[in-house]
Amino acid sequence: MERLDLAIVSALRTFELDVELSIGRETLALVGPSGAGKTTVLRAIAGLRRPDRGRIALGDRAWFDAKARVDLPPERRSVGLVFQEYALFPHLTVRANVAFGGATRVDELLERFGIGRLADVKPAHLSGGERQRVALARALARDPAVLLLDEPLAALDAHTRAVVRGELQDLLDELGLPSLLVTHDFSDAAALADRIGVVIDGRLRQLGSADELIERPADAFVVSLTGGNLLTGTARSLRGGGSEVALDAGGVVCSDERADGRVSVAVYPWEITVRPGNGATGAPNEIVAPIASLTPTGGRVRVRMGPLTAECASDDVERVGLRRGEPATASFAPADARLIAISA
Amino acid sequence: MAVEIPEMSRRAPAAVPHGGGARAGRAGLAAMMALCVGVALTFLALPIVALFAEVPLGSVPDLLGDPVVRRALEVTARTNAVANGLILAFGTPLAYVLATRRFRGRALVVTLVELPLVLPPAVAGIGLLAAFGANGLFGDDLSKAGIFLPFSEWAVVLAVTFVASPFYIRQAIAAFEGVDPTLTAAARTLGAGPVRTFWRVSLPLAAAALVAGWVLAFARGVGEFGATIVFAGNVQGKTQTLTLAVYEQLDANFDVALAIGILLVVLSAAVLLTYKLIVSWRDST
Repeated sequence: MERLDLAIVSALRTFELDVELSIGRETLALVGPSGAGKTTVLRAIAGLRRPDRGRIALGDRAWFDAKARVDLPPERRSVGLVFQEYALFPHLTVRANVAFGGATRVDELLERFGIGRLADVKPAHLSGGERQRVALARALARDPAVLLLDEPLAALDAHTRAVVRGELQDLLDELGLPSLLVTHDFSDAAALADRIGVVIDGRLRQLGSADELIERPADAFVVSLTGGNLLTGTARSLRGGGSEVALDAGGVVCSDERADGRVSVAVYPWEITVRPGNGATGAPNEIVAPIASLTPTGGRVRVRMGPLTAECASDDVERVGLRRGEPATASFAPADARLIAISA
Repeated sequence: MAVEIPEMSRRAPAAVPHGGGARAGRAGLAAMMALCVGVALTFLALPIVALFAEVPLGSVPDLLGDPVVRRALEVTARTNAVANGLILAFGTPLAYVLATRRFRGRALVVTLVELPLVLPPAVAGIGLLAAFGANGLFGDDLSKAGIFLPFSEWAVVLAVTFVASPFYIRQAIAAFEGVDPTLTAAARTLGAGPVRTFWRVSLPLAAAALVAGWVLAFARGVGEFGATIVFAGNVQGKTQTLTLAVYEQLDANFDVALAIGILLVVLSAAVLLTYKLIVSWRDST
């Protein structure tokens, strides 16, 4: 197994894509809003789009090297690319689609992906989940050294998505290839990838595990991408350590981190405790507001109140009696209030 | 309420001022439309009907057995077979390149390719004569090489190819443009080079539209008259195609001309039907 190394620069419509990555035996996810340049990275690796500058190499074999004038065509790069809408050949059966990549392992792959009974069916008659499995089998038929997945779950409905996500997780573990996947959904990235790179406007803003991104978000965008709350205000460091933030919306938040000036306070939904009533005790970091909505999400409930979204166990919501429209008090520990400087 | 609404709507027309005038206007319009449709359809159908009415159908096989007709049929079949081969062999790669590459002057090239479509056929014939005729641009070189094109069967081939090719090429460009570029990209990432991608993905996906375009080019080629008579002349057994035979037989034997006409009507109708079947089949898959 060889590493995939890339450092590429490519002019996009309104900004420049400038990304450097080294992917070993792992799954790396690029997350970011659509149009950030994630797919361009995949296409550049596959050889479908020529970067302006830089180098792409598998081990010590260069696939693209602007300086050395190396630019292998896609068919000579050992990649398996699963396209967003899967790009199955409509005129070929499932078997012929898979065999297009390589004829030696077709039966084994059809078996492995549970699509053997669909071997003689054309793609038009397949469900979304089945298409995805055919696309994966086809990409792997070539025995690629690198696997690239472009929004592998975006084309699926919610139910299929959960199932396929699980299957994909197992597959990526089993393959042990350098794998790069692109998604706009942080939870998909967190479920599938070992490391996550956040791409905005063509730049890699932060690279780390899901936990690292949540614990130490580099900027406000990473916080909102990972589902955190953002409260803006002005910070003042305290002599005894930590800071006090006067929120723009009113109220004061204490943090264990030290900062001065304009900041965003980041706090995650699961770090917030909600209890019913206007029961402010005078402790730091309490916010009182009526509950705007209670949304159950599989064993947990998302509570929206004032500027915050909190997440509680369903049992707790029942037990303490949170109800929509009634006032509640949210609180969180100063240790969980991360401060992110807002650059002017 | 539910009862009142229909009542109101029934009253509504009466409330519109000049309601009677509007109704009369609508009836007048409908009558005029019907008249136009009737006149147009009659006009278009009449020549076809007349063709079949003027000659006893029983004698058509005999008339078509005339050596003039047989020779014209052979010339037409031979020249069109070669011309269609040329159109497919050269037109397909040309259309593929024009559909998949973007370069400066592409619009100009496409216009050039389409020009024979709007060019008067006689002008096409003169042009071919000016290029390949004895006193033409390449006439000297060709005659030195022992090749004399005008008034030969090859002249018919060139005339048909020139005039009919845009019908195929235009459609073929659209056909290749209609192939999802993601699919060809997928083929490349699966290890297929440009050639294999063309044969296994682009061509099969464009095939139905290509055949539809070819059917039109074929029909145009069989019907070719103007460019052929100018460039190739009207020599029985050599350059006289079916359409040229019709022209000649007008004076010699009108019944033979009519019989050839019937043959060509049947052929044209078959071609049109084929085209429509292909298009509807393609749209349904």
